[in-house]
Amino acid sequence: MTEFKAIQKKALQEWLSLQNSPYPIIYVGMGSCGIASGAGEVWEQVHKTIKKENIKAQVHKVGCIGPCYLEPFLDIQKPGLPRMSFNNVDVQRTGKLVSEFTNGTGSKHKPLGHLGPQGKQINGTRSFWDQPMLKNQVRIVLRNCGIINPENINHYIARDGFKGLLKALNHGPEVVIAEIKKSGLRGRGGAGFPTGLKWQLCRKAKGNPKYLICNADEGDPGAFMNRSLMEGDPFALLEGMLIAAFAIGADHGYIYIRAEYPLAIERLKIAIQQMNDLELLGDNILDSGFSFDIRLKEGAGAFVCGEETALIASIEGKRGMPRSRPPFPVTSGLNGNPTNINNVETLATVPAILREGADWFSGIGTEKSKGTKTFALVGKIRRTGLIEVPMGTTLRKIIFDIGGGPLKPFKAVQTGGPSGGCLSEKFLDLPVDYDSLSQAGSIMGSGGLIIMDENTCMVDVAKYFLRFTSNESCGKCVPCRIGTSRILEILEKITAGKAEVKDLEILEKLAKSVKNGSLCGLGQTAPNPVLTTLKYFKDEFLEHIENNRCPAAVCRDLVEYRVIADKCTGCQKCVSVCPTGAITGPRSEPHFLDLEKCIKCRACYEICRFDAIAGDAIEIV
Amino acid sequence: MADTIQSILKKFRQNNQSFLIPILQSVQEKEGFISKAATERISEHLRLSKSHIYGVASFYSQFKFNPPGRHSIKMCLGTACHVQGGDFLLHALEAEIGIIPGETSEDGKFDLDRVACLGCCALAPVLMIDNTIHSRMSVIKLKETLETYD
Ligand SMILES: Cc1cc2nc3c(=O)[nH]c(=O)nc-3n(C[C@H](O)[C@H](O)[C@H](O)COP(=O)(O)O)c2cc1C
Ligand code: FES
Repeated sequence: MTEFKAIQKKALQEWLSLQNSPYPIIYVGMGSCGIASGAGEVWEQVHKTIKKENIKAQVHKVGCIGPCYLEPFLDIQKPGLPRMSFNNVDVQRTGKLVSEFTNGTGSKHKPLGHLGPQGKQINGTRSFWDQPMLKNQVRIVLRNCGIINPENINHYIARDGFKGLLKALNHGPEVVIAEIKKSGLRGRGGAGFPTGLKWQLCRKAKGNPKYLICNADEGDPGAFMNRSLMEGDPFALLEGMLIAAFAIGADHGYIYIRAEYPLAIERLKIAIQQMNDLELLGDNILDSGFSFDIRLKEGAGAFVCGEETALIASIEGKRGMPRSRPPFPVTSGLNGNPTNINNVETLATVPAILREGADWFSGIGTEKSKGTKTFALVGKIRRTGLIEVPMGTTLRKIIFDIGGGPLKPFKAVQTGGPSGGCLSEKFLDLPVDYDSLSQAGSIMGSGGLIIMDENTCMVDVAKYFLRFTSNESCGKCVPCRIGTSRILEILEKITAGKAEVKDLEILEKLAKSVKNGSLCGLGQTAPNPVLTTLKYFKDEFLEHIENNRCPAAVCRDLVEYRVIADKCTGCQKCVSVCPTGAITGPRSEPHFLDLEKCIKCRACYEICRFDAIAGDAIEIV
Repeated sequence: MADTIQSILKKFRQNNQSFLIPILQSVQEKEGFISKAATERISEHLRLSKSHIYGVASFYSQFKFNPPGRHSIKMCLGTACHVQGGDFLLHALEAEIGIIPGETSEDGKFDLDRVACLGCCALAPVLMIDNTIHSRMSVIKLKETLETYD
């Protein structure tokens, strides 16, 4: 451990020299969302500019700091000042910022905020953390995201990295398990199983070797909490895995990660390598006698593989089919040996608990849901991105105060992905915790929050989820395989305007029997999106059935597009975007839309600046 | 081509089923799809029947059994993208390039697949062409985006 003191000292020196640098330091937000918004080009431009203008500066990449809608981010730190953050930068602005802001002539460039302390103005700039999206957050798991260079272990170490591990090694496995139990930490992968209890069961289970698996499959389509965390602070996850493995007595670890996350995979590989180099992984870690290695396994694109027994089958090289439990993986998992499976966020929360203590952690959140939870705020909402709030925060606070609300009137929020449900306006004051959400018919899930407004059709949403689950059903048990397809058929009938009111009864019955009869969590929860929309948005179902109308004008069979001749200026914009040539007409004269050719892709509707295309909810007879 | 497979197989121990998926992933990465010939070689290496290999490979949506186009389009059909109009986008895309998911266009330019989520949900709707993610896509931007590929 004396060795680690030396490592810490060196890391701290590196970090402090960065903070007190006599030269500017430039940080570019290089998470997947940043890169998708153009951060790669920004990164290149920064380097080009410093080279061309001979600017003495260091450049670092950081992960995503959260407000994805403001990406790409470029932070510039000048001597004696905190980082100043600029949002939505492009290549041109980057060049100017780097050359003008660093030499002091760039006072016309107003930063979005400084990354110094909250509540403090610095050079006329408020704190980044005082923005509405950030000021209501409590960042424990995400504390390093966007701050440290995720490819530099020294940054992590300098910010209290591995202190939790040291504590664990000093106190022994039993104390670690007791501490995690006391903290009240529950699994962040969806079901909320008490983490300490799971570890204890696995520790007690007979069989060697024992395995620890991190579930990084993040199957909920529309959620990216785990991705962002692994890209922004891979070390927190890896430290959490070390602590967990030490507590349960596991020798080998796997991270089962979806192949759609190449950047997270790369960052994890780099992090593992750096930990190996410092002997924080491998044999006899920090001279404690504890040995542990971690391997990455790439998923191959099957939602059901997020389910723990299917995941194990997949690691074993088989079709990823779940099996019935018990026996649970803690007693008989990978290769028949005791296996503990935890979600990325669960594991990444562990170092903080050991570092700061169980009492500190359990002081945050509600009686039965402790700590914080990250959420991916997406859909029809102004401020999209990744947030972290104390458990028990209300949906209203998350959606309106943090997310800024939707542009059009709010209709619903979907939580828990394909296993969850859609909640209507009357649930906005619901505190977000495991128990409240399941009472409302939804689930906490892994943290996807999808906001829907007036322009979203709830029947279409239910159909979307059932198409997803029936596609992803592994086919092993009948209720799920046949049941989900039958539910989907009825929903398709409704959105085509071909259903009868009595179909709703059948729908509900079917949904309940799939829920009760299925083998694994996929089938048991797949009906939730249908049951909740039926319960809270029944009007919309009836409108489709009785009047053949889709109020949101989404269901293709119930919508027709036409040119409003009075408004059409004949600008031909729509003609140029129509993929099927359905719109014709000479310039400056009202255009003509051929319904036979129209595939209802809405291109014309979206491009028209004169509101001259109407997407009407038509009544079909 | 046989050599590519050989060099992949060399890296994995024989007769160990747990290497099947990593092998398939490596083959697909190098060759773009899982050919019949490749399946035969894997089958010899791991002593698994060809139908067993196909059974496992076809279970996972990642694996393709047809040669890909010059550019691979992956349309995200996750929830965030769906709510932001991803379905309309796919519809227009199919009309624009004349194929549906799972197919390769006749001129060999594009192949099209759907994916469950690319993890850029905050910038929905998104589609990925080769390794580039195009965020905040719309039916309007579709044509010009496709035109930058040849
Ligand atoms: C169909 C299905 C999909 C699942 N997908 C995931 C997933 O993507 N990520 C995850 O962590 N857990 C997922 N789970 C839950 C896991 O089975 C398991 O409970 C979890 O990984 C345990 O970790 P935790 O205790 O830390 O939450 C899924 C469960 C089911 C039934
Ligand atoms: S839903 Fe499309 S990227 Fe996540």
